[in-house]
Amino acid sequence: MSDWIDITALDAIPQRGARLVKTAHGCVAVFRTGADEVYALDNACPHKNGPLAEGIVHGAAVTCPLHNWVISLETGEVQGNDEGQVATYPAKVEDGRVLLDASFLTRRAVA
Amino acid sequence: MTQNLIIIGAGMATGRALEHLLDADADYNVTLFNAEPRGNYNRIMLSPVLAGDKTYEEIVTHDADWYAANGVTCRFGERIAAIDRAAKTVTAENGDVLPYDKLMFGTGSNPFMIPLPGHDLEGVIAYRDLEDTQRMMDLGPDHQCVVIGGGLLGLEAAAGMAARGVDVTVVHIMGHLMERQLDEAAGYLLRKALVDKGITVKCSANSKEILGQDGHVRALLLDDGTELPCDLLVMAVGIRPNVALAQEAGLAVGKGIHVDDQMVTSDADILAVGECVEHDGAIFGLVAPLYDQAKVAAATLMKEPAQFVQKELSTKLKVTGCDLFSAGDFAEGDDREDIVFRDPARGVYRRLVIENNVIVGAVMYGDTADSNWFFGLIRDKTDIADMRDTLIFGPAYQGGSAADPLLAVAALPRDAEICGCNGICKGQIEDAIAAGATDLAAIKATTKASASCGTCTGLVEQVLAVTLGDDFVIPAAASICGCTDMTHEDVRRMIKSQELKSMPAVWQACGWKTSCGCHVCRPALNFYLLADWPLEYTDDPQSRFINERKHANIQKDGTFSVVPRMWGGITTPNELRAIADAADKFAVPTVKVTGGQRIDLLGVKGEDLPAIWKDLNDAGMVSGHAYSKGLRTVKTCVGTDHCRFGTQDSTGLGIKLEKTLWGSWTPHKLKLAVSGCPRNCAEATCKDIGVICVDSGYQISIGGAAGMDVRETDLIAQVPTEAEVIDIIKAITQSYRENAKYLDRIYKWMGKVGLDWIREQTVDDLDNRAALVARFEVSQSIYRADPWAQHATQKAESYQPVANLSMEAAE
Ligand code: SRM
Ligand SMILES: Cc1cc2nc3c(=O)[nH]c(=O)nc-3n(C[C@H](O)[C@H](O)[C@H](O)COP(=O)(O)OP(=O)(O)OC[C@H]3O[C@@H](n4cnc5c(N)ncnc54)[C@H](O)[C@@H]3O)c2cc1C
Ligand code: SF4
Ligand code: FES
Repeated sequence: MSDWIDITALDAIPQRGARLVKTAHGCVAVFRTGADEVYALDNACPHKNGPLAEGIVHGAAVTCPLHNWVISLETGEVQGNDEGQVATYPAKVEDGRVLLDASFLTRRAVA
Repeated sequence: MTQNLIIIGAGMATGRALEHLLDADADYNVTLFNAEPRGNYNRIMLSPVLAGDKTYEEIVTHDADWYAANGVTCRFGERIAAIDRAAKTVTAENGDVLPYDKLMFGTGSNPFMIPLPGHDLEGVIAYRDLEDTQRMMDLGPDHQCVVIGGGLLGLEAAAGMAARGVDVTVVHIMGHLMERQLDEAAGYLLRKALVDKGITVKCSANSKEILGQDGHVRALLLDDGTELPCDLLVMAVGIRPNVALAQEAGLAVGKGIHVDDQMVTSDADILAVGECVEHDGAIFGLVAPLYDQAKVAAATLMKEPAQFVQKELSTKLKVTGCDLFSAGDFAEGDDREDIVFRDPARGVYRRLVIENNVIVGAVMYGDTADSNWFFGLIRDKTDIADMRDTLIFGPAYQGGSAADPLLAVAALPRDAEICGCNGICKGQIEDAIAAGATDLAAIKATTKASASCGTCTGLVEQVLAVTLGDDFVIPAAASICGCTDMTHEDVRRMIKSQELKSMPAVWQACGWKTSCGCHVCRPALNFYLLADWPLEYTDDPQSRFINERKHANIQKDGTFSVVPRMWGGITTPNELRAIADAADKFAVPTVKVTGGQRIDLLGVKGEDLPAIWKDLNDAGMVSGHAYSKGLRTVKTCVGTDHCRFGTQDSTGLGIKLEKTLWGSWTPHKLKLAVSGCPRNCAEATCKDIGVICVDSGYQISIGGAAGMDVRETDLIAQVPTEAEVIDIIKAITQSYRENAKYLDRIYKWMGKVGLDWIREQTVDDLDNRAALVARFEVSQSIYRADPWAQHATQKAESYQPVANLSMEAAE
């Protein structure tokens, strides 16, 4: 059963940008692509915890601001020659609002 | 049995036919008659001879030794007076009668002389042969000459004489020059270039009478009453095929001597080639088709099958500094469309006329490097639908296989200009390579090609590759990133020339392979767009590295550093107090004096940025842009205010410079320093731009580095006043913005374009300096503003989390 939480207006996130959602277990970055898809990922790069929300978003990927690792927003997987995985969470847009699945909070608590 | 071949006229067409025959060891006894007292020479090169760029000896194609070696009987200076076709003999002027088996006409054409009153005065000449050329060359400086006719020939005559110091006026009956080859716009540019050479050009001018004195020309009278005094009058208004002899011999003649596809006249034993022929209703005035005819005629004489086919023709004007090209048909029509490109600043004009997705005509002025490629498209009737959007920019902008740049370069003629700055043609580069210059540096040293602005470097390398084959490996022209195959330079050219003013426009026009670029290309494009279109383009924060997006330096733990500006390194107790208060209030873990003469607050949380900026703003401070590819610091020393050695107010000048330049975005960071004397306490000689004050004024030097590379600056100018220092530095900054590749510091840029070029643009050429300063100011009208203030007041919210769920129960 999913339990969608209304996070914010889509317009609050710049296209090809991200905003943070604070949780008890650290920040989640909510990304908006140039095509208006949204993705939620942990705001920590598998390399050295770089804040992904501050990266440059291109296509459905983000480049970490610290050392330019590229991470897929769809899978959380690190692209190219580097290796690593970022946790991803269900997110969607409905009527111009961004929704996250509340179960992600549980999952984060467990993780 | 060896047959007798008699050739009438040793012109360009018969010369070529002879070569084909002799190369193939054809079994003929050749006798060559020529009315001119000499053998075959390259008539079209009379213009460079006139201009003094070549000598007659250099344009001779076949000399006496050649004729002797090939057993050709030469009768130069002798005209053929009559032909008896029934007897198959010709009669020379001196009465000799010679039998022929085959006869070849190559009598060329006669210049047309308008039968104006006075046209037979002494000093009225045409422009056709060496004698005419010599007459013009004999004129000497300080004489006056009128040229009637603003076509190819007339203009080459005019330019050649002008180059010799003759005062030349061109009188042209039509509204613009070369109206048969050029449209009005190109005609206008051409006229401007000729006027710049000191030639007077009169269009829409009707000649009425040639006035004389003692049998010699004195002036040309126009029908509006204007009198144009002259010592020589050249008529270059057209040519008529020279058919008199053929007509008398009873051959079929229309405008020219009728020939079939094998170049045979109405008499099976008589052939004709060159300007004297008429083929399928057409007559000819350029050498390209004549060479084709020569080849066919030679084959016919050897009883080999061959067929002359008329092809598209193109024209170039051989006047130094007037690069123009014209081909095909460019009349307007309902089913025709134009693609036009103009770059008034560079004097470049291109127009393509398209009909049913095929180019039917092209006119180019100013930049004709791609003309051969366009000509190929016209000739081959290539369907251009797929490349329509970028067609006008030439082969470099065509994706896919059509765009093998090496093929395009290989196809260029020897006279194709490669280096626009130094006017170096492909042929000169090939010669330099043959003489042992086998890499770019050697080509630069020997020919100067690519030694100035450097934009032709790629082309020069391609010429090297084409000429040397596998021996030369082109240093890969690195594309910006994986999203495109284009280089920074190419993309920048597109942005400027196609007026691309948004990122999607660039992606579209340049065929980006990704939907929206990547972290490598987007910052570069964002910079190019805002540097080239400061008023039209809106900066895109999402295409900037986080430091420039949040106007602070990101740290390894995700916090930020805050560096307020301290103009020229000068601060006040109040500013220091405000910094101290801010450090306390926001629990800043580290306060450090930077290497740039100011204070860094390190470890500030992202959420706190707008608030700490607000406090610093309230104390009168603004962003120090310690994060930007833009103006960083202007370091100063204490100068005349305090120092016993100071020669000028270095601190004051540093502050003025910083206040002028701050906020400007540049390809990479830009650091300045002003030292009060050559002791150089501000370390000015390792900055991007440094100023050393001396008694007589200021030494400006550029291209220093003290980071990953260490390099001393090079002196670019010494000037007496602060105002000039500021102007020159603005101009250098603007030129750097407009021309450098993204992420090249000034020293790297300078390595490509050369100090001399930068000096020419920003110091020597005062008009250009002023224009650069003006463009810099236009851009600064937008960017000389504090981003902190803007973000603190209008964007503070965006620095906060968008939602706080830390209170939600985690079941
Ligand atoms: C704060 C400071 C060091 C200090 O504590 O003094 C500093 C700090 C950084 N420098 Fe620097 N540079 C600082 C003066 C210099 C100087 C000295 C100077 O400006 O007189 C140089 C040598 C001069 C030069 O620029 O050539 C210098 C050469 C570099 C370079 C090498 C640049 C190069 O072209 O070789 C980099 C790397 C880069 O820019 O790509 C760099 C990059 C950096 C970055 C921005 C690294 C980064 O990308 O995160 C550092 C940010 C630290 C932070 O978290 O705030 N920093 N850096 C200085 C700030 C000056 C200021 O007030 O704005
Ligand atoms: C200054 C100048 C610049 C030019 N520039 C260009 C250019 O850039 N590009 C281009 O394509 N074309 C150019 N042309 C045109 C080109 O030179 C001619 O198209 C070409 O020379 C014609 O070759 P042809 O063999 O038909 O005639 P010609 O080269 O004119 O040769 C004909 C010869 O026949 C001789 N002759 C005539 N009658 C007799 C007779 N009865 N007996 C014996 N001999 C006789 C003449 O004396 C002459 O030497 C230029 C022409 C001139 C004058
Ligand atoms: S030298 Fe500059 S870039 Fe390197 S650690 Fe120090 S501050 Fe950072
Ligand atoms: S922390 Fe993300 S690339 Fe290093």
